[in-house]
Amino acid sequence: MADWLERHVPKIIVAPTFAAVLVFVYGFIGWTAWVSLTRSRLLPNYEFDGFIQYERLFEAARWYTAMNNLYIFGALFIVLSMIIGLGLAILLDQRIRAEGVLRTIYLYPMALSMIVTGIAWKWILNPGLGLESMVKGWGFESFSFNWLVDPKMAIFTVVLAAVWQASGFVMALFLAGLRSVDEEIIKAAQVDGIPTWRIYTAIIIPSMTPIFLSAFIVLVHLAIKSFDLIIALTGGGPGYATDMPATYMYTMAFSRGNLGQAASSAVVMMMVVFAIIVPYLYSELRAKYD
Amino acid sequence: MKHLTASAVLVAAVLTGGSVAAEPQAEVLHWWTSGGEAKSVALLQEEFAGRGGTWIDMPVAGGGGDAAMTALRARVLARNPPTAVQLKGPAIQEWYEEGALADISGVAEEQHWADVLPESIAAHMKCDGHWCAAPVNVHRVDFIWANAAILEQNGIKMPTTWEEFNAAAEKLKAAGVTPLAHGGQAWQDATVFETVVLGIGGSAFYRKALVDLDPETLTSDTMKAVFDEMRILRGFVDSNFSGRDWNLATAMVMNGEAAFQIMGDWAKGEFPAAGKKPGKDFLCAPTPGQGFLYNVDSFAMFNVEGEDKKQGQNLLAELIVGPSFQETFNLNKGSIPVRTDVSLDKFDMCAHLSAGDMAAAAKSGSLLPSYAHGMALRGAQAGAITDVVTAHFNSDMTSEDAVKMLAEAIANSM
Repeated sequence: MADWLERHVPKIIVAPTFAAVLVFVYGFIGWTAWVSLTRSRLLPNYEFDGFIQYERLFEAARWYTAMNNLYIFGALFIVLSMIIGLGLAILLDQRIRAEGVLRTIYLYPMALSMIVTGIAWKWILNPGLGLESMVKGWGFESFSFNWLVDPKMAIFTVVLAAVWQASGFVMALFLAGLRSVDEEIIKAAQVDGIPTWRIYTAIIIPSMTPIFLSAFIVLVHLAIKSFDLIIALTGGGPGYATDMPATYMYTMAFSRGNLGQAASSAVVMMMVVFAIIVPYLYSELRAKYD
Repeated sequence: MKHLTASAVLVAAVLTGGSVAAEPQAEVLHWWTSGGEAKSVALLQEEFAGRGGTWIDMPVAGGGGDAAMTALRARVLARNPPTAVQLKGPAIQEWYEEGALADISGVAEEQHWADVLPESIAAHMKCDGHWCAAPVNVHRVDFIWANAAILEQNGIKMPTTWEEFNAAAEKLKAAGVTPLAHGGQAWQDATVFETVVLGIGGSAFYRKALVDLDPETLTSDTMKAVFDEMRILRGFVDSNFSGRDWNLATAMVMNGEAAFQIMGDWAKGEFPAAGKKPGKDFLCAPTPGQGFLYNVDSFAMFNVEGEDKKQGQNLLAELIVGPSFQETFNLNKGSIPVRTDVSLDKFDMCAHLSAGDMAAAAKSGSLLPSYAHGMALRGAQAGAITDVVTAHFNSDMTSEDAVKMLAEAIANSM
């Protein structure tokens, strides 16, 4: 009996969570995929109707804008956060005074909710209230910084706010990575008279590959599910110039009573996530079994 | 989202399980939670209680009703809908098609609704010939508000055509006044758009384009002219308009920062709150053109079980359309009564203007549903039009491209 328990207790304890995940994650993914193949309007109906929702989705100009924004936002957000985060981490790594205080200051934006970040930046970037009007008030009448209200540039304001929020967190990740590099190797390199920048580019950064991967995965999922920042900062506007797949899905499902269309956009979003996560999981699992 | 909906169903089911009472009972889902609206609902509650009923309030604020619709969906899926829900226009028909609405013809006939409601508005309240919803008020969407002092200083009369408006706006612009106060939100762009469609195309064109969605009308030269006018209007808006709320735009007219605003009659409530008087400090007029665009709030009656709930539903319907509630509610809300037999003595001149025009428009067949406020079209089609309108207004798209996109977007949303 005791033997049996010992073998089975872990399974019994994990079973309810497993079942819950099975139903509430994978079950509902399946449900969404099914609804995306119907003409559901206000309420889900389960009558199969082919791929009409996907055809519509890929013909919709607004969806095209949303996907395009996701690529622009995702690429810039990830690259800039990584570069700024790494730069800050290297500068903080120079055994400077008051490092703890500085680290906290840079990390602090991460403690804010995206809604707060969005609203703060909305005021800062508003041409009539924020930066532009302040600089004009100093007497530079020709100064103009109206990205927020310019449909072509508005998406970059979202990037700006998101990078401001996330780069401190990336910095903390990298700082931990930098500190975990073996001191002995660095000392040996210094004894050999190798310049500091070479130590970073040839020794420290290459040995931090896993940290880069972690940072990348965290930033990618932040980018794809970004919703609250858009809502708070631009509301998807001007027009729908800063719409993202997540806001598109919300609009279709909850404002326009078009569940089928919303479900199809959700499935496409999931495909995008898979396209990024599956190669990562594959490489991780393979590394373990090798 | 799926998790949320599922748990909402559970919570809703738990919260509302098992309520047994003999007297009339009504659970009312609405999103009138702020200021004058909340006061108006409280009035209805009092009247309902005065007739021996139990009112279960279910206010769900947020997202212009989006949050309430999410709650409603959960309740209907759990087969436990509220008694009455604040719904309007084609959304009523959509819920009827899902099989969720009740028949309240009994009370409607007893109260002779057909005799006191304008025909085109009554049509929204009927599902397949029987009554399924009770109208509350009529908002007029095609109103233009103006700062009286600015117009006088610049020697401008209230414009009656769009050419006159453009000329007046040019003059104001030259004088350094923002001609048009506007907030760059999709629904506000759509509000201006539909008044321009009505003004330039006339009521028959409006009906063909925005109610019947006739493809030829949507791509016609008149529609191009409408988009041309939208481009001109874009030039009359200050540079800081993006994302501005409508009431802030109204404040610009009030404070003399801007001359005009195109907005429904709910904007009227802002002026008295700041001590401004109609006809003296601010002017109200229909937007250039002939016709009347209405936005009617109503309560749809859902299928409920139990004698107490059915009684509550009938009592609620009777009170909502009853003359005393119609008067007090609409005085609070800035709209006009939907009944044509309510005395307007206590209403202001803008409401009188609105009521007179509604009667005239009903006779001439130009009493039209507002598309921008969800009266003319279902969500998917209305949304498709709004996408194009707001994309055009906020970019340098040509009118030719805009009408092409409009026809494609409509076809894609069917």
